[in-house]
Amino acid sequence: MSDLADLSIAAAGEGMANGAFSAGELLEAVLKRASLTEADLHCYLTIDHDGARGSAHESEVRRREGTPEGPLDGIPIAVKDNFCTRGLQTTCGSQILAGYRPPYDATAVARLRRAGAVIVGKTNLDEFAMGSSTENSGFGPSRNPWDRERVPGGSSGGSAAAVAAGSALGAYGSDTGGSIRQPASLCGVVGFKPTYGLVSRYGLVAFSSSFDQIGPLAKSVDDALTLFEAVAGHDPRDATSYPGPAPVARPELARGAKGVRIGLVKELAGEGYEPAVAEATTKIVEVLGAEGADVVEVSLPTFATALSAYYLIAPAEASANLARFDGVRYGLRLPGDTVEDMMGRTRAEGFGPEVTRRILLGTYALSAGYYDAFYGQAQRVRSKLIAELAEVFGRVDALVSPASPTTAFELGAKTQDPLSMYLTDVCTIPANLSGIPAISIPVATDERGLPIGFQVMAPALGEPMLFRVAAAVERLAGFSARPELATAGVARP
Amino acid sequence: MPIEIDIAHVARLARLALGPDELEIYHAQLGVILEHAAKVQSVPVSGLEPTAHPLALVNGFRPDEVRPSLDRDEVLAAAPEAAEGYFVVPPALEGS
Repeated sequence: MSDLADLSIAAAGEGMANGAFSAGELLEAVLKRASLTEADLHCYLTIDHDGARGSAHESEVRRREGTPEGPLDGIPIAVKDNFCTRGLQTTCGSQILAGYRPPYDATAVARLRRAGAVIVGKTNLDEFAMGSSTENSGFGPSRNPWDRERVPGGSSGGSAAAVAAGSALGAYGSDTGGSIRQPASLCGVVGFKPTYGLVSRYGLVAFSSSFDQIGPLAKSVDDALTLFEAVAGHDPRDATSYPGPAPVARPELARGAKGVRIGLVKELAGEGYEPAVAEATTKIVEVLGAEGADVVEVSLPTFATALSAYYLIAPAEASANLARFDGVRYGLRLPGDTVEDMMGRTRAEGFGPEVTRRILLGTYALSAGYYDAFYGQAQRVRSKLIAELAEVFGRVDALVSPASPTTAFELGAKTQDPLSMYLTDVCTIPANLSGIPAISIPVATDERGLPIGFQVMAPALGEPMLFRVAAAVERLAGFSARPELATAGVARP
Repeated sequence: MPIEIDIAHVARLARLALGPDELEIYHAQLGVILEHAAKVQSVPVSGLEPTAHPLALVNGFRPDEVRPSLDRDEVLAAAPEAAEGYFVVPPALEGS
């Protein structure tokens, strides 16, 4: 391996354990990679050089004393900028929070620190995680390491691009409608959204509370599981946190797909799906079958209206959650003669167009006279989807589909038409509406050399089956392509 | 069926002081989005209760224990304006 920044978490952990290199050397390789790629890719909003170096040094001390914390000790990772980090700027990609330094750590961040992880910095995102390209960031977009004229996806686009570029060994994002899996798909990395409630949302700045879920972006399925294990588990500070122990998936990684009943989702195909995406999906389904999985096509009719329900419920919840940005307790304030005047001016100035649009949409959907027709109806569609999934999961163990209907699109291609941007989430949204776990695994490239993601979904708390199938898909696909970073000084193997 | 939206009223409810040009753009965009979202109205859902939480958990209570709070000065340091241990805002009532 020519460069430590290209290592997996598993390999880097081994390298530090056997003394081949130190946590400090690993971090410097990652910081050097970031220094070479950031001008092009803009994965990070903040790089915490001093904090990361301090954490790496502490990790070295623990290792020298023979008391490392576990598989993440000394591993340089990136965290999306909607996770609160004590004393470290947290903007959510919004000008309304420029310069905000939270007085506390999110639970996921606190657990990472306890696990000895080295937090390199905070990654770029669509403002308040609303978007599918990072073009809605209030601080400029990130770019796709595979082609800098294209988007990395979103909203966790900075995290996905950082992992693909080697400016972090792994990263965390949040997935409300596909914000981990879609950018993972577009950047050729693994992205995992756990079952709703398995990772605490405490300190994750809320967008849509009944959908938001923290999860990892990684170079391999194994690394994704390691990152998940570090942050999963009940947290009394999140009332929606799952009270039982997190399911144990690691023993399933090597079991293979033989005998597993897999359902190919009929509704996630056809018009709007690029031929290369459809072909790659078919190919993986075939090799799963050849390995001994029992693959059938299944129909979930409500998947066709899941997107519509999502774009009512998520903005409704967002309009309530974002009421807290009122110019009183933190962030931007514009002057006003009255408190209402101050709030209206502050919010109009501080929020970008997509956030403004969703607040208006959600306020409308919740307003008197329209509540039942829109919000109430969407919540019933959600119940119908959950009932359909329960029936289908009686017949199959896992569902599969593309992770995104297309590969990475060009910057600006969808910014003028909000609905066309929303439609890019069509494959990922059903898992958020129903709370089930889902993962995107890179399996192929299209004719332009852009990565294609394959999605696996399992029943709620079905992480063991999800990781069993995901590991089989990863092995069978044998995806080994890497982006050619155009930046001088980055040599690829 | 065109969807009726009083965009100025909605913006006021949301505390967004938008100009007339902006309101016009958002009005048009919301119309397109809501037309698509109205597809939910064609789904037969009779007899189904609305879902607010995907795992149907009951409320997660924790023991009522006294624990340290965030430091007041540290919290107020993030505020646009604070004085004497309080957040400061413009008048909320006319004539005050």
